[in-house]
Amino acid sequence: MERSTLNLWVGIFVLLGFFSFLMLAFKVGNLNLSSNQDAYIVTAHFDNIGQLKERAPVRSAGVLVGRVKAIRFDSKQYNAEVKLAIDSQFKFPVDTSASILTSGILGEQYVSLDAGGDEKYLKAGDQIKLVQGAVVLEKLIGQFLYNKAQDTPSAKGATK
Amino acid sequence: MANLVSGIKIIGDRTLKIVERMGAVALFLFSTIVNSSVSFKRFSLTIREVYYAGVQSLIIILVSGLFVGMVLGLQGHETLQRYGSEDSVGVLVALSLVRELGPVVSALLFASRAGSAITAEIGLMKATEQLSAMEMMAVNPMSRVVAPRFWGGVISLPLLALLFSAMGIIGGYLIAVVLIGVDSGSFWSQMQSAVDFEHDIVNGIIKSIVFGVAISAIATFEGYEAPPTAEGVSGATTRTVVSSSLAVLALDLVLTAFMLKGWN
Repeated sequence: MERSTLNLWVGIFVLLGFFSFLMLAFKVGNLNLSSNQDAYIVTAHFDNIGQLKERAPVRSAGVLVGRVKAIRFDSKQYNAEVKLAIDSQFKFPVDTSASILTSGILGEQYVSLDAGGDEKYLKAGDQIKLVQGAVVLEKLIGQFLYNKAQDTPSAKGATK
Repeated sequence: MANLVSGIKIIGDRTLKIVERMGAVALFLFSTIVNSSVSFKRFSLTIREVYYAGVQSLIIILVSGLFVGMVLGLQGHETLQRYGSEDSVGVLVALSLVRELGPVVSALLFASRAGSAITAEIGLMKATEQLSAMEMMAVNPMSRVVAPRFWGGVISLPLLALLFSAMGIIGGYLIAVVLIGVDSGSFWSQMQSAVDFEHDIVNGIIKSIVFGVAISAIATFEGYEAPPTAEGVSGATTRTVVSSSLAVLALDLVLTAFMLKGWN
């Protein structure tokens, strides 16, 4: 095999490998060079985070505005402290509320931000005060049954 | 009683031989790395081996990647549509290719396509006393013959694994979007939100580098240690394919366990 043909083929091979790496990184994966660098972090305390995971999306009006950076248990307040990394091009008022919702019936859980009306904006390190934790299905069913039993006191007599 | 004792002795002997062989491969790998300065100073030697190991495996890797991706698209769609989530077929294809099938299947193909060729070549060089002739001329066969082939394999396999994954995703796209009619936008966007660069793609590349080191070390070792007969070379070629395939699958289990749990 001629030396230059060999070099040509190996060059083509390496370039093909490099292009497929770029395709995997940008088209298939979520590597985004601009978003990781300029994000600000705010915290929110939830009573229950359900199945929320790190790197879960943070959405506002359904649009991706950031990701969950870290989740830890706050041993002083006995609740979950969630750090949200929000892209710095999006500014939210200080009275924004955060809630944990589920996309679809079996989908992943995400943090939803609903903007308030305050004129001051959230800064890095601020805490979101208005929170709504994840809905636990068992508690919901328990509550429903409890309410149902309270609404119809005659049902007790009927079953006897 | 005597039968039982001799039976236990056979088991012990086999086990010790396997352990000895693993130790010999590890020592051989170490001495290959020590002797590999020539393959970087005269990089054309390594480029030649990248051609024979990597470029000549391109066709089999690209075609099988395409087929594997297409099968994943069909099977994934078939199962996911029961739960009404056939839009997630892109996630299934991409994650299974990038995390597992890309590195592992391309390593198995590479072991049988290029690993066996490396063993046969070095084994025949030894059988025809070319290696002894090199030693007579004060050329170290470890650095002139073994190290370039080793590094050629280590460079080629990660590139082949990336190409396999990329082709597989294209195959999945062709089946799911073009043939079945899953929405193209949700195919790519769900894939992008599920595949993480660091946790999925970089870990897949780390896997394929480890597999490349294992296959190249086993292939060069089996060739170098092959009995210098026709039978010996054929046996060594078979052992290369069998033991490097087993090594790839066992290493994959260990690496996956660590990657899913985190390294610490």
